[in-house]
Amino acid sequence: MVISSALIIWKGLIYITGSESPVVVVLSGSMEPGFKRGDILFLNMNKDPIRAGQIVVFNDGRDVPIVHRVIEVHEQRDSKEADILTKGDANPHDDRMLYTSSNRWLQRKYIMGRAVGFLPYVGWLTIIMTDKPII
Amino acid sequence: MHSFGYRLNGLLTFAVTILALMCAITSLSDNFNTPSPSAEIKIMNINWFQKQPQGHDEVSLTMNVSADLQSLFTWNTKQVFIFVAAEYETRKNSLNQVSLWDAIIPAKEHAKFWIHTSNKYRFVDQGNNLRGKKFNLTLHWHVMPKTGKMFADKIVLTGYSLPEEYR
Repeated sequence: MVISSALIIWKGLIYITGSESPVVVVLSGSMEPGFKRGDILFLNMNKDPIRAGQIVVFNDGRDVPIVHRVIEVHEQRDSKEADILTKGDANPHDDRMLYTSSNRWLQRKYIMGRAVGFLPYVGWLTIIMTDKPII
Repeated sequence: MHSFGYRLNGLLTFAVTILALMCAITSLSDNFNTPSPSAEIKIMNINWFQKQPQGHDEVSLTMNVSADLQSLFTWNTKQVFIFVAAEYETRKNSLNQVSLWDAIIPAKEHAKFWIHTSNKYRFVDQGNNLRGKKFNLTLHWHVMPKTGKMFADKIVLTGYSLPEEYR
């Protein structure tokens, strides 16, 4: 019952939020004290533009996606493409050193979703769930 | 049907469902809160305004931020993350948002405050567009709950501008 209802909720979330990974587990302490390791974040991905202050999950070709806050946005007038800079709330410096292949900015294509809500501690459950080869 | 395994399974499902329901209701209770925040930002001084070696304009300024954000806190609020961003447009970019300063307010008692600070983060343009530039200062807040949906909003303060010449 636990497994099947969890599966239904998971698939339902994928459909509702329009994102392939609608839930992520916080793995590092870089957003403390807001998000701690083991919290889960509900993501949403729509066509709205990325704006400063949003908490985004991005993966620019690394092993694990990173959940940080957008602190700078430079949106081009003609192409509507934007250069984005992020930073973890608890980190002293922005993420520029972390971006792969010496990019100075992030682009929207690397962003998997925006965090809109969260549940504390439940992340440990998700880690156990994703280990099971059901999906 | 009454083995230990089935009972444990049923109990766990029920417990987790109730827990999720309680978290959802907790989060919903935040919707009854109608916040009425206020803020004021004064730029006290432009410390310096230079063109960097890589060619980008950079400004250092000192500002006075005073705000009353107490109405944002509910029983379900863990902290409020606030930041001040400069927003302006340039020929190439329809929007530039640069965060200048941020802070975490952990409790309602700290939500009414006054701070005199220089910009925590560097105010750097992607080009050389900052001379004489008019910009807005926005105070954003992001209410992070103990559980559930996060709320974010901002106050836009207009009428700021940078000097015409480097100094």
